[in-house]
Amino acid sequence: MAFISSGYNPDKPMENRITDIGPKHYSEFLPPVIKNNRGKWLWHEILEPGVLMHKAESGDEVYTVRAGAPRIMSVETLREALDIADKHCDGYLRFTTRNNIEFMVDSKDKVGPLKDDLNSRKHTGGSFKFPVGGTGAGITNIVHTQGWIHCHTPATDASGTVKVVLDDLFEEFQQMRMPAQIRISMACCLNMCGAVHCSDIAILGYHRKPPIIDHKEVDNLCEIPLAIAACPTAAIRPAKVELDDPKTGEKKSYKTVAIKNERCMFCGNCYTMCPALPLTDAKGDGLVIMAGGKVSNRISNPKFSKVVVAFIPNETPRWPTLAKTIRKIVEAYAKGARKYERVGDWAERIGWERFFEACDLEFTHHLIDDFRDPAYYTWRQTTNFKF
Amino acid sequence: MPKHETPLLDQLESGPWPSFVSDLKRQSESRHAKENEIEYQVPVDVCDDLLGVVELSYKEKEVHWKHGGIVGVFGYGGGVIGRYCDQPDQFPGVAHFHTMRVNQPSAKFYNTEFLRNICDLWDFRGSGITNMHGSTGDIVLLGTRTEQLEEIFFELTHKFNTDLGGSGSNLRTPEACLGISRCEWACYDSQELCHHLTLAYQDELHRPAFPYKFKFKFDGCPNGCVASIARSDLSFIGTWRDEIRIDQEAVAAYVGGEIKPNGGAHAGKDWGPFDIQKEVIGLCPTECMWMEGGNLKINDKECTRCMHCLNVMPRALRIGNDRGLSILAGAKAPILDGAQMGSLLVPFVKAEEPYEEIHELIENVWDWWMEEGKNRERLGETMKRMGFQKLLEVTGIKPMPQHVQEPRTNPYIFWKEEEVPGGFERDIADYRSRHQK
Repeated sequence: MAFISSGYNPDKPMENRITDIGPKHYSEFLPPVIKNNRGKWLWHEILEPGVLMHKAESGDEVYTVRAGAPRIMSVETLREALDIADKHCDGYLRFTTRNNIEFMVDSKDKVGPLKDDLNSRKHTGGSFKFPVGGTGAGITNIVHTQGWIHCHTPATDASGTVKVVLDDLFEEFQQMRMPAQIRISMACCLNMCGAVHCSDIAILGYHRKPPIIDHKEVDNLCEIPLAIAACPTAAIRPAKVELDDPKTGEKKSYKTVAIKNERCMFCGNCYTMCPALPLTDAKGDGLVIMAGGKVSNRISNPKFSKVVVAFIPNETPRWPTLAKTIRKIVEAYAKGARKYERVGDWAERIGWERFFEACDLEFTHHLIDDFRDPAYYTWRQTTNFKF
Repeated sequence: MPKHETPLLDQLESGPWPSFVSDLKRQSESRHAKENEIEYQVPVDVCDDLLGVVELSYKEKEVHWKHGGIVGVFGYGGGVIGRYCDQPDQFPGVAHFHTMRVNQPSAKFYNTEFLRNICDLWDFRGSGITNMHGSTGDIVLLGTRTEQLEEIFFELTHKFNTDLGGSGSNLRTPEACLGISRCEWACYDSQELCHHLTLAYQDELHRPAFPYKFKFKFDGCPNGCVASIARSDLSFIGTWRDEIRIDQEAVAAYVGGEIKPNGGAHAGKDWGPFDIQKEVIGLCPTECMWMEGGNLKINDKECTRCMHCLNVMPRALRIGNDRGLSILAGAKAPILDGAQMGSLLVPFVKAEEPYEEIHELIENVWDWWMEEGKNRERLGETMKRMGFQKLLEVTGIKPMPQHVQEPRTNPYIFWKEEEVPGGFERDIADYRSRHQK
């Protein structure tokens, strides 16, 4: 493995350096039918699950075939997507906010071969590479975070939990029988890289044990005042402990921190500031399920997701309880909600007491908010409730 | 023979949804197959060791990546996230496994030539594993070694005319919906405004000078396809302030069942014949629609532009002509003080080049937040701590009922001295001349 230079000279880093140029202008990447009709679209229609047609004032039509893809993607698979775009779409494609790939063609007769091509490609293990779907009143791709593949704070894996849930709900990705779209999101810790806090259904990794304090390392690895300031509940204070010095065998006083465990909300913010305070724990870590959030302003205001299941353990590799619980929510919603009603709108209409009944979920004390002032506004201040 | 046995991960190869495990194995096989052709710049078995360390996490149910560590490219304070494995002896191929964020072109349209170049670069100088895309919107390149960072940056900028995205306490890579490129509902050119501001604020994007991260996101309409209202410190959402354009013939076609409602989005179930009264007029949150002599009428003054009627009847109803955007401030995920939705700051502004009013607003917000914001405090938290009035004051925006869901329920108004005639300084002797002790 010989090092091959790009032309960069480490002795003169500023030589020919190019910085702050930003991304390329998007106009270089627009398919001709898009470029020609930009700003002049009249209406659209979903011809079948996964296939959209947009009509322009000029009479032009663009047909979009949407395919699911995992967020983790190798360049080998990406190159295959590019081959498909070269073969069918004059060398253009785009990605959606929810990690789907959109292949666009300018006439209807090109849709069938493109769709067949996408659906025909499978991995050696048998899964689809580019399944067509993810439109309309159905379940599209789950946006997610890194998990055990690449992050330092996760309480679960992201790609794995998403894979098992989408395996279970796969037919919903390929059809449109729901009252409205169901947006599912996954975040592997409370940092929530992604909008899981406003999703119809959210899967969230959660720690349940306070940090382990690596007393001998706290002062070496961390700025103690920053670790203290990082705690949202002021559970961390400076401390000194007497421990054996590994070099001398004598007692030595170490500058460290003490944590009031009963105040810890397990957010991991201290760990982000101080690597000597790890949280991860096989028995402590697992999943929370939230429901009823949305970002659209349609009919009702955007709303946050609510915690509906306080804890599901990390049942690797296929998280059966997670998949089963989400399936229960989806089926109850499909059965009970009115056309156009999102999960949160449905829950609010029937009442949350009915939501738990309909979804066959247990209501436990964990689901009652006790975090600061907003908690009060979630308690029931009326006699209007259902038995 | 694979380098590591992965019996747990192997169970994620079955099932219809694309398997990331199969994909990682595919990349591993490709690297070994081309070992003699390509002078890989990171270990050839990087994907094998990635599978190995993830299998270990599946077995132990604990993560094996360490904290970041400070790595980056010269002169930038963002765009690279350091990552090291905590079992480097077992998995040397991923001992160093840094992430690079590449700023995506606005709304993620690509030609295959550009992405092939990225693939070739990343195959050669990295693991070949990507995220298309990360949650914020970047092309995420997962896994390379420190000595490759400058080389990759050099090739990105010199050969492919593209740049890194943001990370850390700086402006994060802005993201837009596809807007007018392929959507009839886009009320402004979200892609162009996103691109314009990304270029205008390259310094803020690459050199951390903020209390914490700061995000811009651009939604062309209130449907919010990039979720700006939930996850961006400044959220730009398209809107209009004149009348919804109505094609009465198309309305009749919907009523007559000739056109499927909602663009055919509900085709998978028999919901019965379309009922405009129940499905559109009855669901209008402001009750500002009615039928009159076979025509649909809208009292546009009362409309809040929630998009429902347009979504249901895209061929009959179109956005108004007097278009612009609303700006909402302070959205964020729960860390630390609970989740916050964006709060309406600017009800309407035209989105026209050179976007002077938008620049002025952004810079006023930044000046205030950089002065007052605490370390690791998002804009929304500064707003909560200091009050929405303060934000209006520093941005020079006149308070109006549109800014609130409802007026305050407590009368604890922090009157300012200059608002009260005579000020706060009073003479006790004068008071006592009128009131005995």
